[in-house]
Amino acid sequence: MDERPVAATDDAADAGAEAVSAIRLRRLSREYGERLALREVDLELAEGETLALLGPNGSGKSTMLRILATLLRPTSGEVEVLGCQLPDESWKLRGRIGYLGHEPLLYRDLTGRENLVLQARLHGIPGDEASARIEHDLELLEMSRRADDRVAGFSAGMRQRIAICRAVIHRPTLLLLDEPDSNLDPEGRELSRSLIGPAEGRTRVLVSHEPERAIAEADSVVRLDRAGRVEQTDHNLRQGPAGSGTPG
Amino acid sequence: MTPSRSAFAALLAKDLRTELRTMRSLPAMVLFAVTTFIIFRYGLDRTTLSGSLAGGVLWTTLLFAGILGINRIFVSELEEGGFDAIRLAPIDRTVLFTSKASALFIYLLVLEAIVVPVFALFFLPDWSALIPLLPFLLGANLGFAVLGTLISSMAVNSRARDLLVPLLLLPLVVPLMIAVTAVSAGLFDAAGPDYEGFGTWLLVVGLYDGIFLLVGYAVFDFLLED
Repeated sequence: MDERPVAATDDAADAGAEAVSAIRLRRLSREYGERLALREVDLELAEGETLALLGPNGSGKSTMLRILATLLRPTSGEVEVLGCQLPDESWKLRGRIGYLGHEPLLYRDLTGRENLVLQARLHGIPGDEASARIEHDLELLEMSRRADDRVAGFSAGMRQRIAICRAVIHRPTLLLLDEPDSNLDPEGRELSRSLIGPAEGRTRVLVSHEPERAIAEADSVVRLDRAGRVEQTDHNLRQGPAGSGTPG
Repeated sequence: MTPSRSAFAALLAKDLRTELRTMRSLPAMVLFAVTTFIIFRYGLDRTTLSGSLAGGVLWTTLLFAGILGINRIFVSELEEGGFDAIRLAPIDRTVLFTSKASALFIYLLVLEAIVVPVFALFFLPDWSALIPLLPFLLGANLGFAVLGTLISSMAVNSRARDLLVPLLLLPLVVPLMIAVTAVSAGLFDAAGPDYEGFGTWLLVVGLYDGIFLLVGYAVFDFLLED
């Protein structure tokens, strides 16, 4: 087992202060009442890289994502995301994170487009720019034809497509993706890659129950055990032999 | 940060559009109030009411009809993930408080626009008291909307929210009810509107509204924490 925090690349690790960390966790713990969901987690992820967060049900993956998204407060430990200390500087971070959780965070009685317009307005995107982005994203995910239907009438897969558009409407720096492929058909998965897949300059934390798929896209992998501890870390997966540990 | 005015307008428009589309709250509130007036009319076996009895019937009915709306004001946020979506946005969280209180204020206005004339039709031989009653209806709406939003945000995560809202709200709304029923007793006097204490009670209502506006603004952010 590799004990050191996940670093994005060996170069980055060697460069020390020059490496720009998107996420840095030190002894992060989170309790729900008496149950410890996360136990002294350390990790570090450089900007522009993808971290796959794996583990069995109840291992704290979603909890960690919600802490990074500023939706939950850590019980103890240090959390730094995009240079902001959480929870104290959460307000600086909002608007820079794209969060796609288990719930689509869509109002059922609004249409797909109305949901996206609402999100764009909450993120302060000017009207013309918001319309252009919404059209673009809906087109990419092949949802333009149904965008003016109420979300209540959508299938789970269609809801997920609109939820993906919602998560990226403000063009976030950091994407936190909790099983982003859930409910998507193969075509939907492929289409969604242009918005939430790996790309130059896109930092992502990816939670998935499909390790092979997540690892294939990841620069680093962290596995959590059922007690919410880091069980294994593998990094530099896309750097070939320079990486340590074995994916999978 | 997104300008608060823009975020407020977006959230309020969302709530009003959803209500217009689904009619989840308002029809129930109106139906409850009208049915209650019918029950009072036959229960009391009176075709006219005056004084404190008229004020009591009107305000009690409005209060309980309003609770139906308060119970539902945050349900879509809870059930459809609206709380998370709003917490992820770079907005001042008190915008949610002001937009919800405004939506509730508008629901109460619509409720009163329909049911106060029904009340007058059922019970008042003389409608002249309705004009001076207007500032009290507006003031009570504001206090009720602000307090209701605050209480509802506290109770929304509880499974017993339908029980919690009236339990928490009713004791806190007593000063407001004392003020509006006291002034209504004079306005609905059988001999014609009596304006004694009008200004004082209006001041009491204004103070009540101001206090709960400040309390709501100060504590709402903490109520949204996990």
